[in-house]
Amino acid sequence: MKYAFSFLAVIALILIAGLGSQIPGMQYLFGVVLPYLAIMLFVGGFVYRVMDWAKSPVPFSIPTTCGQGSSLDFIKQDKLECPTTTTEVAGRMFLEIFFFRSLFRNTKSEIHDGPKVTYESSKWLWLFALIFHYSFLVIVLRHMRFFLEPVPFVLSILEGVDSMLQIGQPAMYLTDVFILVGLLFLYGRRLITRHVKYISLNNDYFPLVLIFSIAVTGILMRYFLRTDIDIINIKNLAIGLVTFSPVIGAKIGAIFYIHLFLVCTLLAYFPFSKLMHMGGVFMSPTRNMANNSRSKRHINPWNDPEIKPHSYAGYEDEFREFMVDAGIPVEKELAAAEDKA
Amino acid sequence: MAVAKLEQLAKSVVQGPTMATGAVPVKDWMDVSAIFKPGNYAYQAKQEKVEYLNSQKGLHFPNAREWSPEDDDWKLPENWKEIILKGLKERLDKFRSLKIFMDCCVRCGACADKCHFFLGTGDPKNMPVLRAELLRSIYRNDFTLGGKLLGKMAGAREMTVGVLKEWFMYSYQCTECRRCSVFCPYGIDTAEVTMMLRELLHLVGVGINWILEPVSNSNRTGNHMGLQPHTFKDNVDFLADDIENLTGIKTNHSFNRKGAEVLFITPSADVFAEPGLYTAMGYLMLFEHIGLDYTWSTYASEGGNFGLFTNNETMKKLNGKMYAEAKRLGVKYIIGGECGHMWRVVHQYMDTMNGPADFLEVPKSPMTGTTFHNAASTKMVHISEFTADLIKHGKLNLDKSRNAHVKATFHDSCNPARAMGLLDEPRYILDHVVDGWVEMPENTIREQTFCCGSGTGLNTDEIMELRMRSGLPRANAVKHVIDKHAVNMLSCVCAIDRATLTSLMNYWNPGCNVCGVSELVGNALIMEGENRQELTEGLRTLV
Ligand code: HEM
Ligand code: SF4
Ligand code: SF4
Repeated sequence: MKYAFSFLAVIALILIAGLGSQIPGMQYLFGVVLPYLAIMLFVGGFVYRVMDWAKSPVPFSIPTTCGQGSSLDFIKQDKLECPTTTTEVAGRMFLEIFFFRSLFRNTKSEIHDGPKVTYESSKWLWLFALIFHYSFLVIVLRHMRFFLEPVPFVLSILEGVDSMLQIGQPAMYLTDVFILVGLLFLYGRRLITRHVKYISLNNDYFPLVLIFSIAVTGILMRYFLRTDIDIINIKNLAIGLVTFSPVIGAKIGAIFYIHLFLVCTLLAYFPFSKLMHMGGVFMSPTRNMANNSRSKRHINPWNDPEIKPHSYAGYEDEFREFMVDAGIPVEKELAAAEDKA
Repeated sequence: MAVAKLEQLAKSVVQGPTMATGAVPVKDWMDVSAIFKPGNYAYQAKQEKVEYLNSQKGLHFPNAREWSPEDDDWKLPENWKEIILKGLKERLDKFRSLKIFMDCCVRCGACADKCHFFLGTGDPKNMPVLRAELLRSIYRNDFTLGGKLLGKMAGAREMTVGVLKEWFMYSYQCTECRRCSVFCPYGIDTAEVTMMLRELLHLVGVGINWILEPVSNSNRTGNHMGLQPHTFKDNVDFLADDIENLTGIKTNHSFNRKGAEVLFITPSADVFAEPGLYTAMGYLMLFEHIGLDYTWSTYASEGGNFGLFTNNETMKKLNGKMYAEAKRLGVKYIIGGECGHMWRVVHQYMDTMNGPADFLEVPKSPMTGTTFHNAASTKMVHISEFTADLIKHGKLNLDKSRNAHVKATFHDSCNPARAMGLLDEPRYILDHVVDGWVEMPENTIREQTFCCGSGTGLNTDEIMELRMRSGLPRANAVKHVIDKHAVNMLSCVCAIDRATLTSLMNYWNPGCNVCGVSELVGNALIMEGENRQELTEGLRTLV
């Protein structure tokens, strides 16, 4: 029932914003106060979380090596999968962050009669994860047009490419379709793939439904409820927000407040949720460390010099007789040791 | 505990109503409790072992007592919960990895079917993501805002004795092999989580004997097997006698010799039992062949480090002997034998914990003049690196036909593969000592290699069925090359593997033997002044 709960939560949010924003005087709350609050929570929370991670040291060098390490000169190193220099690490991280390299390895295993275990390549999650994330990124970037005047040239190019199919009026953005498809896939697999369903928590369904609803309300505004909103007023509000002089014009429309409220929720929720993987992916020690722990000493700030091995002297004291008998060299001969004792 | 017959188990892993075969458990995982019965857990540590370890300086193994996992009452300290939560807090502050791994998992499930324990048992809690959730749910409850506010709705739950028992069960059904970490988009390494779980459990006196006894032995006698100095020497001397019988070569080896150029350290299992013995014979012959000025040590007579499977303090204490002995003997550098977890410690922990080794020199092969820059700081070279370099420079006189009885494949051990990147050195050696060796299927080798199923101190007999299940993915890949290429030898560079893969092969693929790569080197060596018998089985030939 966890997946149903995420719907209830988002429906509640939609009702709050849809009804709340229609109460006279509340527009300021939904249009100005909450967005500022959400941004503050997002930035503050994000910074806090990253600082909190950074506070804990990385005591040991624990990269997961996924290829041949640097060794003899006739053995070819896999620089991107088993980096030794900072540049190589940067290369590895680039592939992880922009292409989800590790997810690309994904396989699906099955056990057949025999027994026979098989591993077939399975790139669907990788593909739809990329579709979703890049669409999200492009949509966020496109939204900058509301906050910037004049609209930068690169944004116009981005919009041009995104709407290149020229379907409908206004022209449909590809990323609008892609993000919905991506989210449907990600949500669908949580319901259908049995092991993913079993591990899924409320916190896994909720962001998907939330982002889906944000996308849907956005699409509704752009293509279907165009007349319910006043785009000029919205742009003025957006610019007002970034210049710290927000004004609420008349006739913004409930659908806009719903969209905005859901975005505020996402921003506020972000730092306290798994969405922080956006920061964590940069800081994961198994990926962002060089595999050079034998050539360069890694320092552990809390290394305890008091932990010493059981001493050789103690060892020899216990076994000296046997050692001498067996002709193993000793530090103190038997007689000398006895004299002292 | 009798192990299921092959036919039964072969059926059970395919048809058993498990998550791996398509069934879906009816209960939420939080509502399923761990039940201990003979065969599904490794025996608890003996009281005297725990007492001994706790008495050692720098170590902390409290709450020694008689207890059994099957009992309801585990005789935990009164304030066990406080100890655990405080221990968790401490570790969050000490390990960034733990914090990040607790916070970043999106439960995408990419790691789920990558774990050999999951594939072999179908138990959902053996999916790496759920193994980590066992701890993450507690972390959420006590250390995150969402968990504190929303409790179970946010995937949090309270720490209870039931949870502790679950931790014990599933942190000892993980071999810290890191395969899951290869596939996770954030590199979340469940091995790290398992390490933390095991550390926490030791704080309240919950540990297994198969780990703590070798640890005590290693601390006292220098090696896991508990071999005292004279016995250790005898064992090596026996191997030398065997070599003399087989090849007519008398090896010139020494023990605890000051002033040698190199200290050689390998897992004590290599001088203790088959088939590791043949690998050790390979070392002796190789060093004789090239006239290396080296010594064994009876004090640092263990390459392996079961401390790695308990807590970082113990790992450090045991590992400290290597440098201490190298310093005492005044050697220039150390060569390490074939072993997986040993090399995890040497490669990723030793220098940090017990360095800097500024009393040693950057390793340089006296035969080839090669400087091992990759070991410039730690000053310890892997035998495969050392051997590959010798071969490259034509310093070994090799005859592949002496391995004509061998059709080999190669098993990458977890740690050299995923915590070191040692993949092609052993392959280079194989190319030069055996004819036509073959690789197993691509998703089961190199960084994607499957664990033997019995690492991290789980190579104990009372959980044999579990081991045969978790070893299934590896065994199955071997079977593939047996059927296709008539492979009869599974080679590897790990002492635990040599023991555990042997049991695994005997069970799933009878007739396939296991060997160390250095054994195959020993087989192929043409030694000066040799008087070699007709060795149809190489060093294994009975004469
Ligand atoms: C550096 C930036 C980021 C990287 C590298 C990244 C990477 C990933 C990867 C590899 C996955 C796993 C595959 C999947 O389940 O889709 C994932 C999941 C997810 N990401 Fe991101 N991500 C980033 C930023 C973001 C942002 C800004 C958001 C949006 C708020 C986001 C939302 C999600 C969600 C909701 C999931 C879970 C999908 C599911 O439940 O199946 N990510 N991310
Ligand atoms: S692959 Fe990583 S992020 Fe995905 S479920 Fe496993 S641990 Fe979590
Ligand atoms: S480290 Fe290995 S054994 Fe442990 S959960 Fe990951 S895949 Fe499984």
